[in-house]
Amino acid sequence: MTRYAMVIDTKSCVGCGACVVACKTENKVPAGLNRDWLVELTRGTFPNLTTEYRSERCNHCSNPTCLWACPTGATYRWNGSNIILVEPSKCTGCKACIAACPYDARMIMRPEGYVDKCTFCHHRVDKGMDPACVSTCPTGCMYFGDLDDPKSKVSELLATRRYKAPLEETGNKPNVFYLY
Amino acid sequence: MIEEILVTTTQNSQVHPHLSVWSWEIPIYLDLGGLTAGILVLGAVMVLLGREADNRFAVSKLPLWAPIVLSVGMLMLFLDLSVKENVLRFYGTFRWTSPMSWGSWALLLVYPVAILMVLVSLREGYPRLARILEAIPGITALTEFARARRRGVALFTLLVGVFLGLYTGILLSSYVARPFWNSGVLPLLFLASGLSAGAAVTMLLARDEGEQRRFAQIVITVLSVKLVLVALYVINLATGSRAQIDSLQLIFDGPFTTPFWVLFVGVGIVLPIILIALQLRIGRQIWMLVTPVLVIFGGYTLRDVMVKAGQMSTFRSYENVFDPALLSLLQ
Repeated sequence: MTRYAMVIDTKSCVGCGACVVACKTENKVPAGLNRDWLVELTRGTFPNLTTEYRSERCNHCSNPTCLWACPTGATYRWNGSNIILVEPSKCTGCKACIAACPYDARMIMRPEGYVDKCTFCHHRVDKGMDPACVSTCPTGCMYFGDLDDPKSKVSELLATRRYKAPLEETGNKPNVFYLY
Repeated sequence: MIEEILVTTTQNSQVHPHLSVWSWEIPIYLDLGGLTAGILVLGAVMVLLGREADNRFAVSKLPLWAPIVLSVGMLMLFLDLSVKENVLRFYGTFRWTSPMSWGSWALLLVYPVAILMVLVSLREGYPRLARILEAIPGITALTEFARARRRGVALFTLLVGVFLGLYTGILLSSYVARPFWNSGVLPLLFLASGLSAGAAVTMLLARDEGEQRRFAQIVITVLSVKLVLVALYVINLATGSRAQIDSLQLIFDGPFTTPFWVLFVGVGIVLPIILIALQLRIGRQIWMLVTPVLVIFGGYTLRDVMVKAGQMSTFRSYENVFDPALLSLLQ
């Protein structure tokens, strides 16, 4: 199984939101809905504060609880990889996957009603391109690649830098990593 | 001391779906599913114990309501779907990892079993309806089949009823992402709640005083078990992971403190136990009407609190201070 991963360098991210706009444009995400979003996290007590920006989205987990929860098979793995997609024609809108996702990464498309989420821009990945958010990032803080390839940039970064993946305690084995 | 503050560009119900995952339909469905389980289990147990003559309402009349109540519940489930035209997709596949898939198929299994259970005593419970139905070809043969194998039918009904009662709790407790639901005690609590609701309905509607008293005793017993299960549930979460401990804040110092402790535990369990104990001792029939209503109300409150609070519980520990009202200042 190809294990696609996204690596985001929080040291370089400035929280400009270009990734959010690029995703909306590329995937024609309707107004009011977003497949990715930006988190600004301020820690500490004034005046000793640190700020961290994180571009967040579906983590395309290796143990995807959303996939296990789906009762109709609408949620599936793309081409045997870890990229998790939703087939709208099979989705009943039961929302089991939304409840099962610890990252709150899924949403109901309105007015159609089916569940939608980040696809890692699989249509671009299929052509050997990076996801739109990664291509657009003006500070170049986002990386995309195959984690099973030890020579890929994402593998090199995770081998040499300190990193965290969100909510690993859930056991979902997320594939979006943040460098520190 | 660490303070964490979150500001995101997209703080809305679509990105944070706990704001709009499941609405009012699902608590009603879970409640009616539990009531159906309670009706089926209690009727089946009475048949298996050979106590049909003493409990005519529970065995002969109440089972007819099981498929009707379940149908209303399934209607609620249907109303909750946001792509209703794809509803048959539930039955186009079986996903063994998905509790909802198990439940969808199990709900279909409940109908034939419940109908057989109804036919076991339909002639005694609803003689006119039995005559009308038996005019339909095949129904008489089916009735004879069910009556000849009443213990076997009751045993199947008991198994299906227990599964249905447990299933509604399993559905919620299987979601690791929602710490407030993530307890193995929840299915037992939901089963006990369904049984208490079924017994309460019998207590309310049975005409025979002996049957009323027997079911009052069943209600008080099940409510006592329910109280223990509530304690175990809280202990289970309180001794669990950080996320589970944090989720308890919803019922100890949060928006669900009053609904959980006052309405569910107080009005739905403790007060009925006191009232039933009093009425069994002094025999005041007036409480026979009020108490079952309180028990049924408590059962619904449990589902309502569980569904709403569970969706709000999360592994994310930061607090969001983004105020959408501020956006209006930019316009």
